Amino acid sequence: MIRYILHRFINMIPLLFGITFLSFGIMKLAPGDFLSQMALNPLISSETIELMRKQFGLDQPWPIQYLKWLWGIIHFDFGYSFTYRVPVATLITERVLNTLLLTSTAAILAWLLALPLGVYTALWRKSLFDQILSFFSFATISVPTFFLALLGVFFAAKTGWFPTGGAISINYAALSPFDKLCDRFHHLILPAMVLGIGGLGSLLRIVRTNFLEMMRQPFIMTAKAKGLHSNTVTWRHIFPNAINPLITLLGFEIAGLLSGAAFTEIIFAWPGLGRLILEAVMSQDLYLVMGSLFMGAILLILGNLLADILLATIDPRIKLR
Amino acid sequence: MRIELNRKESLLRQAISGLRHHRWGWIALWFILFLLLATIFAGFLSPYDPYEQNRTKSYHPPVRIHLIDEDGLHWPFIYNYYLVDPIFKRYEPDRTKKYNIGLFVKDSTYHLFGLIPCNIHLFGVDSPARVFLLGSDLHGRDILSRLLYGGRVSLSISLVGVFLSFILGLIMGGIAGYFGGWVDNFLMRFGEIIMSIPGIYLLLGLRAIFPTSLSSVEIYLLIVVVLSFIGWAGLARVIRGMVLSIKEREFVQAARAIGSGHMRIIIRHVLPNTLSYTIIALTLSVPGFIISESALSFLSLGIQEPYPSWGNMLTAAQSVRVLTTAPWILIPGLFISITIICFNFLGDGLRDALDPRFKE
Repeated sequence: MIRYILHRFINMIPLLFGITFLSFGIMKLAPGDFLSQMALNPLISSETIELMRKQFGLDQPWPIQYLKWLWGIIHFDFGYSFTYRVPVATLITERVLNTLLLTSTAAILAWLLALPLGVYTALWRKSLFDQILSFFSFATISVPTFFLALLGVFFAAKTGWFPTGGAISINYAALSPFDKLCDRFHHLILPAMVLGIGGLGSLLRIVRTNFLEMMRQPFIMTAKAKGLHSNTVTWRHIFPNAINPLITLLGFEIAGLLSGAAFTEIIFAWPGLGRLILEAVMSQDLYLVMGSLFMGAILLILGNLLADILLATIDPRIKLR
Repeated sequence: MRIELNRKESLLRQAISGLRHHRWGWIALWFILFLLLATIFAGFLSPYDPYEQNRTKSYHPPVRIHLIDEDGLHWPFIYNYYLVDPIFKRYEPDRTKKYNIGLFVKDSTYHLFGLIPCNIHLFGVDSPARVFLLGSDLHGRDILSRLLYGGRVSLSISLVGVFLSFILGLIMGGIAGYFGGWVDNFLMRFGEIIMSIPGIYLLLGLRAIFPTSLSSVEIYLLIVVVLSFIGWAGLARVIRGMVLSIKEREFVQAARAIGSGHMRIIIRHVLPNTLSYTIIALTLSVPGFIISESALSFLSLGIQEPYPSWGNMLTAAQSVRVLTTAPWILIPGLFISITIICFNFLGDGLRDALDPRFKE
């Protein structure tokens, strides 16, 4: 097992290298940089800009800039954000935590709903409820997350039940610890629901298909022929087998949630990685864009790795090399 | 040559006859065709010019069409609306004068197929009333008209983008699978890098390469190129896998034996065998392109005002105030969703029709 994980990590290195190169290339290809925007500001003298250019190392040729940045990354130093004037690492850590909070809540919501509903619709195939749900899941797959998020904001604004954006209230600092927790939860619930519904549709369909496929297997017929109670057959025999392949999905899910989360974050003004990268792209904050692209990719790759390891620990049939 | 033609024809026939049995797929196909026609004839179907501003009718609600007046049944008519509350954009109908909805009325000039100047619109009313069926936006522009013209942009970008990324994916996947070795390794690793960056992050990053202010044509091309750059990797992977197995088959060996060149074998013999899969995947990847285009435009990084696209028509909805006073500006989102549902249904139907593995 440990050997397998090590093997995977070693395989990740060229991939990560490629990602850093791509994200660096993207930013270098962009016309101008943050400082050339600053140069347009008459309040900032050209000496200051030259000084900053030196300070950020932007006066050196690009291979050196790239190597310096890469060397920094190894030491968890992602450079310095021009706009926020704090180290990129600090900024990203804070935002990644917010994004993870949002996506994991959404994923838990989606899985908690998809599992029982998927099993139910598979057991009662072609019932009215099944048909309604399958239409619903088709619809949620098709509705883009940003539209769903807009509808969520609309809902929040019309009913006033939820805040329309942000992660905390304005008076957050003045609240008691318990109220602080409630306040955070109150802000989290709607964006997480929007994101969760976005992922629910495909999950539901896959749970249902897998379950149906397992129900047709010969060993299920054997179990039934032995005279086992139908509940035992469903939960002891079909369910564990049907759920296995879903774990690989968890990894893909993380990817989808990350992309979807970007829109949810932007529309709900949630201070996460997606919002950060949009702001960074808009203001050409070089190191911030590279750092966030890199972090986004890391989260995705780790998600896939986690799914593989989970699958291996749960499913005894899978042997890891 | 003869055999080749027969094969293509039968694939098309197979798709159509299969789709007929798939109720939703069939409906979706017709809806998509209808939508495409509607955007092609946008000038004729839309009552107004999509750029025509109307300062006194900002955020005008959708008008009510009346069929019954005090004397009973009446030709469809509307009332003129006037602004009663300029802050909350509340409009009241002026019930003193009726405006009949006319058919084939003369209004602003547009170019049919981009060539023939024409000024006849399917329907309209006399000034000063405005037949805003789906309401108006901040500048008092007709949302229905913008929706039709915007559909032209959004749909064509997605279709062209899908097409381009598929050509790329087919060629890359074909080359990787056929040649194997380091070419395969390089192309697949490159695709992996692209796929391991979350889509929207990569989209934003790539968009950042280019300046924010470009002409509309440049932006249009830019979006197509960026979308296809992101889109090809997934397909190339699958095509590679299929090519790996196809290239060992006898007919490929035969072609090689008679001395056909590599590119000829790839294009003439190997890729056509991946055709049914390609058609299915093509249909199912249109939604992703529609979403990406509208998302970019929604974030004001894609198609720019005053040109309409389904995405940038939603930009105004980012303000909660606008959203609550004029919820009808969300309508383009509904169209995006319905179009995507249709492409998904169509793709499902085609898969049932063409892919033997999915036949029950």
